[in-house]
Amino acid sequence: MSAEPRKGIDFRHPLLPTPFHRRARELAQADSFVAWAGYTTVDVFTTVEQEYFAIRNAATLYDLTPMVKYRITGPQALDYLNRLVTRDVARLRVNRVQYCCWCNDAGHLIDDGTLFRLGEAEYLLCTAERQIDWLLASAIGFEVEVREITEEVAALSLQGPTSCAVLKGLGLAGIENLKPFEIGRFSLGDAALTVSRTGFTGDLGYELWIAPQAAEALWDALIEAGRGRGIRAIGSQALNMARIEAGFIAPNVDFISAEHTIRIGTERSPLEMGLAWLVDFDKGQFTGRRALLAERARGVARQLVALDIQGNKPARDSLLYVTPTSKREIGSITSAMWSPTCKRNIALAMVEAPYYSNGTKLWVDIYLNRELVWERRMCRAEVCERPFFAPDRRRATPAGDT
Amino acid sequence: MSAATAAQRHDCIVIGAGHNGLVAATLLARAGRKVLVLEAGSQAGGAAVTRAFHPGFRVSAAAHLLHLMPAQLQRELGLEARGLKFVGTQLPTTALGADGAVLGIGAGLSGTDAAAYAAYSERMRRFGAALAPVMGATPPRLGTERWQDTLALLGIGWRIRRLGRNDMRELLRIGGMNVYDLLKDHFESPLLQGALGLDAILGTNFGPRSPGTVLTLLYRLAGESAAGGGLMQPQGGMGAVCDALAQAAVAAGATLRLDAPVAQILVEGDRASGVRLASGEEFAAGCVVSNADPKTTFLKLLGARHLDTGFVRRVTHIRSRGLSAKLHLALSAAPRFSGVDAARLTGRLVIAPSLEHIEQAYNHSKYGEFSAAPVMEVTLPTLADSGLAPAGQHVLSAVVQYAPYALKGGWSDDQRRAFTALLIDTLERHAPGLRTSVLGAELLTPVDIEDEFRIDGGHWHHADLAFDQFLMVRPVPGATQHSTPLAGLYLCGAGCHPGGGVMGIAGRNAAQQVLKAGDRT
Repeated sequence: MSAEPRKGIDFRHPLLPTPFHRRARELAQADSFVAWAGYTTVDVFTTVEQEYFAIRNAATLYDLTPMVKYRITGPQALDYLNRLVTRDVARLRVNRVQYCCWCNDAGHLIDDGTLFRLGEAEYLLCTAERQIDWLLASAIGFEVEVREITEEVAALSLQGPTSCAVLKGLGLAGIENLKPFEIGRFSLGDAALTVSRTGFTGDLGYELWIAPQAAEALWDALIEAGRGRGIRAIGSQALNMARIEAGFIAPNVDFISAEHTIRIGTERSPLEMGLAWLVDFDKGQFTGRRALLAERARGVARQLVALDIQGNKPARDSLLYVTPTSKREIGSITSAMWSPTCKRNIALAMVEAPYYSNGTKLWVDIYLNRELVWERRMCRAEVCERPFFAPDRRRATPAGDT
Repeated sequence: MSAATAAQRHDCIVIGAGHNGLVAATLLARAGRKVLVLEAGSQAGGAAVTRAFHPGFRVSAAAHLLHLMPAQLQRELGLEARGLKFVGTQLPTTALGADGAVLGIGAGLSGTDAAAYAAYSERMRRFGAALAPVMGATPPRLGTERWQDTLALLGIGWRIRRLGRNDMRELLRIGGMNVYDLLKDHFESPLLQGALGLDAILGTNFGPRSPGTVLTLLYRLAGESAAGGGLMQPQGGMGAVCDALAQAAVAAGATLRLDAPVAQILVEGDRASGVRLASGEEFAAGCVVSNADPKTTFLKLLGARHLDTGFVRRVTHIRSRGLSAKLHLALSAAPRFSGVDAARLTGRLVIAPSLEHIEQAYNHSKYGEFSAAPVMEVTLPTLADSGLAPAGQHVLSAVVQYAPYALKGGWSDDQRRAFTALLIDTLERHAPGLRTSVLGAELLTPVDIEDEFRIDGGHWHHADLAFDQFLMVRPVPGATQHSTPLAGLYLCGAGCHPGGGVMGIAGRNAAQQVLKAGDRT
């Protein structure tokens, strides 16, 4: 490779700053940064609680720039995407967004992401992890161009009940009429501003996409417009709480990408991940279709489910049993928290057949560290509906003006 | 598909009338299937054809000797009754060395090498015989829990064990070696080493020092053991074999259509449902059996959109770039190779004076150049079969290594001329006066082989024979045992086990798999 070293990066500081980094740095009281896809991003700005409650009660800014973005264009972009993802992309209209996932040949989940249709034959695929190898391998035989444009777009997530009001304050006319999963085109000064009504919180919220040069202006304008509406910057930890309440899955937490697993049997299929609704067997061939049909025919061996757990102690990393004295684990917790908004002890768990149907009662052993003294508690748990938290405001159009 | 009338509906469509396609078609038709064979070229035979290359001169276009097609299969198909005759069998091999040295392999040896050769060839013959059933059978699948697969794997192990302790040890010792080390262990004469080593690398992408070249040699020996006739020259060239095969197919009830290139394998309800010709004409079928190479079949005729990404990626990674060229010379008189008597002249002449020479010839190909001192397998088919040339005139046919598919700068006319001149110079050194008798020359580079015979990469064997591309992983995992990820689509060509060479076993085994699966209209 003869590529020149990237500007502003050297081996002593291998992580890239995002276009919002200077603004974030000013507000990062806890000075808690984490690496995400090659960027340094804020884990916690002040305290997790403060940030979490802002998501559910006001408006929050979350720097999405490290989200990997691929621009997919060309006369066969639609055919290409329909072969790549499990969902029917033909149903995705221009200026709409689709949540989707894709599998390897064995029907094992590689990743999930959001697919934006920006034009007749122009799409944007946003993923948590880099996928270029798989995306290019999938492009063999298709007239399509796949290009990573992560660095060319600054992305900011504005989430919370007052988010629509903040955008109105920014002067985005008609923003309240933007429907969930719809894309709107606006401008901020000279810069084109794309807004999609999407997010990872299960709440009313938007994602904003702008050229990196205009990133700080956007940040400043949002902070200004949100001044009377409780706006605050949040880090990844608070977002993670909101996403568990929303019942969304996270890679490397609730599943490991099939491209990264080493041990046999640790891959997960979309049917196992509770994503069967994303799999369209009737649209024609897609990678993994034949394997998924076979899996469906023989029965899904395990499933990711939502659990409602007794008590208020998060069941992190716990194992699941059918009876409190059983020695055989029938599943394990992948994500767990006390939900301050639902006032429930919630979790996502991978549970073996036949224990994954709604209403099944299970037992969880929870280990508690009480000032270095460990206690084990067997708690009741029940398989319940996902999401745990789904306020009407997240779908209401026109969006609320709280 | 509604365009296809009942007359155009078949049980099986075979794409390509290569020797394997014809074998498959014959056996399927004999089992009562309504079979249609669609051949892109204007004569049946694929690369195993005899065709004109200079006015009045004809030659086998690719392989020029038959040594791998089992006698049993020839009988089963009734090839003799359909006019297939051999003008020579058990043909001798003669090594031509620098400065006029000539060595007859086998009886012509003397000294320590004679004894070593007797022991070596006897042992290799035993290995070949032990492995021969592996060549004939459809290999088992790995990682399944089917008892048939386990049994077949045990069978391979048992055949090797049954060789006895010493032979088994020796086979396991040499199985992964390179042929250079093996032959250096056994023989003293560089000329003998070179001639024996050539058989390991002919038609491959290897030099004698490349890993896995004993495997390719064993493969050849196992195939020859299964075939049983040694090197044989069919009267009328290789095309005569396929003419007889085509007659057998038609006699069995198969329909053979020439000049009918398939453009697309059609898919309906996630299974192969027929084909569309380049002309737009469509044919419906219960199953499609492709004699084309795996890359052509999957990427060009079927299309990636009907396959999974990982599978397509594996197919694109099949190593299938040809490194062998073919030289055809029209000669005004019989060439005189110094020191070679008339009996040996009708056999195979080998220009590979030492293993080092072959390895050096190979080195060039790694960097996209043709060999500066190429190695050759030469035959003079008209000595025993005068019908291939005008009276008193002759044909020289040579398989040449190494001529890379992706030659630096491409196979321009200048490059072709230069390589042809180099080959004629090489021959001239062994057959003084040959150059002046050359009336016409044809060089088939891998690019020409790709164009003429529609083999992606111009590789004789459709895909390299190597550890990662043979037996149960040939051509790629997911397309073994002649079936493919797409229901109703089968492979029957050299890209399948047991591979290239005019053998016909892949075609026979594919037909058996189709019959087992029971796909019909």
